[in-house]
Amino acid sequence: MFAEKVIELIKEVDRNPDTIDQYNDEKIRQIIEEMHLLFKLNMNDANATTENRSLWTTVQVRHSALERNKRCILAYLYNRMKKIKTLRWEFGAVLPPDIRELLSDDEYQWFSKYSGNLALYMRSLGQDIGYSGIDLTENLKPPKSLFIEVLCVVDYGKLELEDGDVVMLKKNSRHYLPTSECQTLIRQGILKQIM
Amino acid sequence: MESTEELQFSDDEEEVTAETVLKTLQSAWQNERLSPEILPHQNDMVECMLGQIQHMERNINKLSKTDLRTSIHKMEISRIKFIICNYLKTRLNKIEKYCIPILNQERQRIETDTNYLTPSEYKYAQEYVLNMENHMKNVVLNKMPGNMQVFEMNKMAEHPNLQTHVFLKANETINGVVLEDLTGEDEEIDLEEGSQHILQYKPIADLLKNGKVTLL
Repeated sequence: MFAEKVIELIKEVDRNPDTIDQYNDEKIRQIIEEMHLLFKLNMNDANATTENRSLWTTVQVRHSALERNKRCILAYLYNRMKKIKTLRWEFGAVLPPDIRELLSDDEYQWFSKYSGNLALYMRSLGQDIGYSGIDLTENLKPPKSLFIEVLCVVDYGKLELEDGDVVMLKKNSRHYLPTSECQTLIRQGILKQIM
Repeated sequence: MESTEELQFSDDEEEVTAETVLKTLQSAWQNERLSPEILPHQNDMVECMLGQIQHMERNINKLSKTDLRTSIHKMEISRIKFIICNYLKTRLNKIEKYCIPILNQERQRIETDTNYLTPSEYKYAQEYVLNMENHMKNVVLNKMPGNMQVFEMNKMAEHPNLQTHVFLKANETINGVVLEDLTGEDEEIDLEEGSQHILQYKPIADLLKNGKVTLL
C-alpha cells in the first residue's frame, strides 16, 4: 500500500508526545525511495495518457500518495523541530551527550542555528540603554522567594555567586542559595530543590 | 533606599512614573498572554523598565547585605524581571508558531511604519523561517522527486485562531461594536466602561490594539 510507512513514522511521534526519539533515518530513506518509485511510474503513465485516458485515475492516486508522503514527512520533521526547541530552553546551548545522540546531524545543525539565533536575539535586548542582554531562559517560573534550599546531586566544584561569594558544591551537601542563580543548575540536574 | 518618588524619570515633561510604566507593562503582558495573535510591541516600556531595574540594582548595592530593604527590593526586581522575560518569551513563542503569516503581514506593516515586531524580533523571525526552510530542504525535500521539492510556504503556515473567544474588560465606553454572525445577520453592541464580556476575538482585535479594552 502507498504511504503506509509514513504513517508508521507519524505514529512514532504521536506515541511519545513529550519525549524525543531516535531520528528514524532508515524509514525516511525508504519513504523517499517509495516516492521515487511512484514518481517514475507516474511519469511513464502520464506520457501514455495522451492515448489512453483510462490511466488518468491511476496517475492521480499515485500523485495523492506522493503528496501525502511529502506532507507527513514534513510533519514528522516539524514536530521534531518543536521538541528540539524545547531542549534549547531546558538545557541551554549545550546538549547532554545522550540526548545529542537522538538527533540526526542535520537536526543538530538546525539546533545550533536556532540556539545561535536565540542567543543573538537575547543579546540584543535592551542594547540601546547599555544592557548586555537578558537571558530569557532564566526566570521561567514566577519567583516565590529569594532564596531556596537545594541539595547538590553531583560533585560540581566552585560556584561564584553574583555578590562575589564562592560556594563549594559537593555531592550531598545542602545549600541555601539565591533562586535566580541556581535555576540553570537545577535544570541541568546538578542541584535539586528541597521542598 | 530612595522612595518611589525618586524613581521618577528625570524627563518631567512626560511625567511618567516607574509605577505607570510597570502598570502598562503588566497589562501588555496580560494582553499578550491572552490574545491569540501577536500584538504591537511595547519596546519602549520594556527598555524603560530595564533602565529602572539597573537603577534599583545600583541602589541596592549601596546597602548592606543584611538590610531588610535589600531583600524586599530584590524580590521586587525579580518579579519585574519575570514579567519582562515572560512577556518577551510569550511573544517569541507566537513568532515561532505563526512565523510565516506574521512575516507576511509584517512586511506590509513595515511599509506603513506600523510594525508590530521590534527590529530584533523581525530579524529573529526571518532567520527562524530561513533555518526551517533550509533544514527541511537539506534533510528531505532535495532528495524527493523533481516536482515535490518545493518548500510550500502557505502550506506550512500555521495561523492563529482569531475566532476564539476571550474575556475582556472595557476601559472606556465603546459604541457600536459589530459582531458578525454566521447567518449573515450582524449584531451591534455597546460596551460600557468597566463592563466585562466574553466575545469573539476578531471583532475586538482593533479595540485591544488601541488600548480600549483589556483581556482578562
